Amino acid sequence: MTQSTDKVLSSDGLTFADRLTVNVTETATAAHRASVAGPVVLDLANVSVFYGSYEAVRQTTMSIARNQITAMIGPSGCGKSTILRSLNRMNDLIPGARVAGRISFHGTDIYAPEVDPIQVRRRIGMVFQKPNPFPKSIYENVAYGLKINKIKGNMDDMVEQALRGAALWDEVKDKLKMSALALSGGQQQRLCIARTIAVKPEVILMDEPCSALDPIATAKIEDLMYELAADYTIVIVTHNMQQAARVSHRTAFFSAEVDENGVRYGRLVEYDETQKIFTNPREKRTEDYITGRFG
Amino acid sequence: MFRWLTLAAGLLVLAVLALILVFTVKEAWPAIQHEGVWGFLTGDRWVPNDPDGPGPARPMYGALAFIYGTVVTSLIAVIIAVPISVGIALFLTEFAPRRLRGPVITVIDLLAAVPSVVFGLWAILVLGPWLFDAYQATHGLLGAVPVLGSIFGPPQGPRAFMTAGIIVAIMIIPIITSITREVFATVPNADKQAALALGATRWEMIRGAVFPHSFGGVVGAVMLGLGRAMGETIAVSLTIGAATQITANLFGSGNTLPARIVQNWGDPGIPPGRSALVGLGVVLFLITIIVNYLARLVVSRAEIRMKGASA
Ligand SMILES: Nc1ncnc2c1ncn2[C@@H]1O[C@H](COP(=O)(O)OP(=O)(O)OP(=O)(O)O)[C@@H](O)[C@H]1O
Ligand SMILES: [Mg+2]
Repeated sequence: MTQSTDKVLSSDGLTFADRLTVNVTETATAAHRASVAGPVVLDLANVSVFYGSYEAVRQTTMSIARNQITAMIGPSGCGKSTILRSLNRMNDLIPGARVAGRISFHGTDIYAPEVDPIQVRRRIGMVFQKPNPFPKSIYENVAYGLKINKIKGNMDDMVEQALRGAALWDEVKDKLKMSALALSGGQQQRLCIARTIAVKPEVILMDEPCSALDPIATAKIEDLMYELAADYTIVIVTHNMQQAARVSHRTAFFSAEVDENGVRYGRLVEYDETQKIFTNPREKRTEDYITGRFG
Repeated sequence: MFRWLTLAAGLLVLAVLALILVFTVKEAWPAIQHEGVWGFLTGDRWVPNDPDGPGPARPMYGALAFIYGTVVTSLIAVIIAVPISVGIALFLTEFAPRRLRGPVITVIDLLAAVPSVVFGLWAILVLGPWLFDAYQATHGLLGAVPVLGSIFGPPQGPRAFMTAGIIVAIMIIPIITSITREVFATVPNADKQAALALGATRWEMIRGAVFPHSFGGVVGAVMLGLGRAMGETIAVSLTIGAATQITANLFGSGNTLPARIVQNWGDPGIPPGRSALVGLGVVLFLITIIVNYLARLVVSRAEIRMKGASA
């Protein structure tokens, strides 16, 4: 099979886009890679992540398709966050962290020496577990990314658009000058999403975005994710299996294993359509996990 | 229990401050009566002994030149010290490799341990001649430029407002640096990561996440430094040139409130000379209080502007 990336390449004039080389010859090797629907945005080939000499996650191979919600599930410590952070080079910030293997974004190795991690993060945004708005006004929170990335246009309009996109506009339109920290947790998290989509990334990575929220706020974010998938590619780490089942198109199940030296490490066990993972998994481990027999 | 203890401690501090103020004002009273409050604050001449005649003439005690000198040297010191201190603190918290942090911190803390009289002596013996050359060169360069020409006027010697300002800057760098560093270190990692995840460069991250979080704390650090600068006595006394004059020329000599106090304490002149010196102390005390109050105002205003209204 071939990957079509031409549309994305023509989307804007960013320097990073200029460097992206179309790689149409790469053929999928692993079985689960072959079944990805639609154009591949992120492609992981034999990715291992190290913290110092500790190989936390080993040999991960998977493809993430455009405009899909991809969920990562698995027991604590299996390396979901580690893999997620490696997708936009947030791991660079952890001293000693290192990625082996190849992670390509539209065919370009994002760890290639000539690639600027700042451009990677600009195009692959991230929403964190704990809502982390800046101690600034609501407006300034959204405007920050627009300013630093020097995105041209009417600032007020762009802020409004991002807040609408994050389903927050109606709740905050009268108090844009208010401190973001005065919002509820769920509102803060949607503000963080607004801040992320304001700079128009292609991919949004979310690491347990609802784990600090109550069920109603969680439901709002889930609805929002569904809407965002029309324009963005979303990768979400979650501990909540119902959430993965509800929102995601595809699910990757990671598990923690112990190697022959007694070292714990994380491994991608199974990656497939969400429906398949939850109703008819190929691997016994997956079945055990989703039925609650282990993990 | 703990609440009562902290309340009691707070009240005790207030009481001590009030007592100090009351007693010093009482001591200074004869001089203030002699000149009048306004005359004492705005008089620019300080003549404890009759300069021309044999007999005792009316002495004059006006604090303005020393107020001016205190403000000017402190401003010079703060303007020099703040960028350097913030720079060092940023370097230490955000840029320096872990191995370098310890040694740099030690060196800066050592700087804080040097007695101020040693700084003063070093300034007149070593730094002074060198600075004098630099002043002359600067004046040669800018002397003809309109406003700058009078600010960087003809040097009157190595002892000058500028020399005192520079030496005080060096003395307050450690304190501003160490507090600022601690303030920067409390910025949540989550905020920094949020900025970086939006594609911020390190510097944009610092401006967007580190500074807004730290503004109040940094202003606090600067205020501590400023308080120290305004109160610095020995080093300033040795380097400022002990001239009672108000001039825009930073290369000219002048004097400050605390420096004048120690210079004259042993020989205060015709009564109420000693009271007048105490009066200078009261003025210094009041300036410090006003500056701190203004700083608080600035911080709360700026926080509202930067962080958004709280409700
Ligand atoms: N900054 C770090 N430095 C060193 N080791 C780390 C670091 N972060 C994670 N690890 C290790 O990597 C492994 C995977 O951690 P990771 O946080 O990716 O797991 P996770 O699947 O996200 O877990 P959880 O569900 O609890 O969030 C763990 O063994 C963890 O101890
Ligand atoms: Mg995690």
